[in-house]
Amino acid sequence: MIAIEALIKIVILLLVVLGIVAYLVLLERKVSAYMQDRIGPNRVGPKGLFQPIADILKLILKEMIVPEKANSFIHALAPIISITVAVGALAVIPFGNYIVIGGQKISLMIANVNIGVLYILAMSSLGVYGITLSGWASNSKYSLLGGLRSSAQMISYELSLGLSLIGVFMIDRTLQLDRITMAQSMGLWNIVYQPLGFLVFVTAAFAETNRLPFDLPEAEPELVGGYHTEYSGMRWGLFFLSEYTNMIVSSAVMVSLYFGGWSLPYVNYAAMAPNLAALVQVVTFFAKLGVIIFIFMWVRWTLPRFRYDQLMNVGWKVMLPLAILNLLGTGAVLLAVK
Amino acid sequence: MMTNGNGKTGPKLTLWEKLYFPEIIHGMSITIRAFFRPKFTRQYPEERWTPPPVFRGRPVLVMEDETKVERCVACGLCARVCPSLAIEVQAAETELDKERYPERFEINMLRCIFCGFCEEVCPEEAIIMSKDFEITFTDPRDAIFGKEKLLIPASHLKDRLEFLKQYR
Repeated sequence: MIAIEALIKIVILLLVVLGIVAYLVLLERKVSAYMQDRIGPNRVGPKGLFQPIADILKLILKEMIVPEKANSFIHALAPIISITVAVGALAVIPFGNYIVIGGQKISLMIANVNIGVLYILAMSSLGVYGITLSGWASNSKYSLLGGLRSSAQMISYELSLGLSLIGVFMIDRTLQLDRITMAQSMGLWNIVYQPLGFLVFVTAAFAETNRLPFDLPEAEPELVGGYHTEYSGMRWGLFFLSEYTNMIVSSAVMVSLYFGGWSLPYVNYAAMAPNLAALVQVVTFFAKLGVIIFIFMWVRWTLPRFRYDQLMNVGWKVMLPLAILNLLGTGAVLLAVK
Repeated sequence: MMTNGNGKTGPKLTLWEKLYFPEIIHGMSITIRAFFRPKFTRQYPEERWTPPPVFRGRPVLVMEDETKVERCVACGLCARVCPSLAIEVQAAETELDKERYPERFEINMLRCIFCGFCEEVCPEEAIIMSKDFEITFTDPRDAIFGKEKLLIPASHLKDRLEFLKQYR
């Protein structure tokens, strides 16, 4: 019974998230266009709304070219690792509290793992395998450079990413995202307690998702296409989808940890019918998610790319000390309050 | 020499600028303003553009409205001046006052560079640049425009003829 329930939730979540991802691509193109005084895609369907369908259809129909000297097995495996890991991280994110069907409470997260956030961090660190392996397997210097950059970038940012989150865990005394959300729905959002930690986390999340200003693994002007230079068709599409799924995961973690997840201040969910409350919660969650994703895009179309040494400098000399400072500060305050 | 504190040349940054975030927010305020600015993209096939008289579109031959006769006297100056050798004129005699007329007048639109020299050199104001810039063909043989495509009544070309009068 639990397995069936989980399976149904997985299917629904996959469909919803992949649909959102497809439309995020359209949103990204629209946002970039509007910020550059253009209109953006508006030809396919009303207001260009069918553009993602056309894009995906094109990607599926295109030939998947494998370079002659590439390691064809790893070449095929790399995009699968990327997308699996990206989608897998969504399993522990609470999109709402619970719904009631036939007198049974069904929680709106797929797996209630007691190490929640740690699992997400582990999954997103695995994502670097997809990129590095694709760079290595392609047998092309540009891909290899992109893959190497990706792993170096990951090492410099993973540490401050993890450290910046510890402050939140210290306050809420749990790693489970639903409990952290619950704690925030009772009191203030964590962003109030952890502004510095949030800044470090946001910056590291940009690096984690390989988006501008830290998209060095796919720096087009320097590396042709970066790690996916030798990819085409739907395999390339999988990398593309996993980039946007990663963005959703990062934004969802940000919403759950710092912006109160599905909760809204001054709303009494207990007074509502449980299913209505769940609907309100899910809508709230996705609205918050949308705002964060818009900020991701907004930053992308504002900032230029960091140079490689600048990225390393920021990672090791600025972010890491700040994260440790935040950790010590939080600990000192918690001790003093106690 | 100015250094930016990293031993590299460049403008010296103030502490405020070195903090990154204030300047990032400044940059983001610029892009969000652009986001809400009205867009001026012309939706081309639906929204057409009428060029001003200065515009040099494809060269055409002026045809008198009443007589339906072209002004051209087949002197061949345009063919002579054409830098890309796009124009070919074959003259013949006629009963009319002008005595000569172009039996064949062809412009190869693949060669034409829209320089307007033909218009400038023409003593009769017979070949002028029109407003037509939508010239397409799917076969290179269709690119050679004969008299049937080139002859345009003078009343359709008023703007350009007026414009030319001002500058001659």
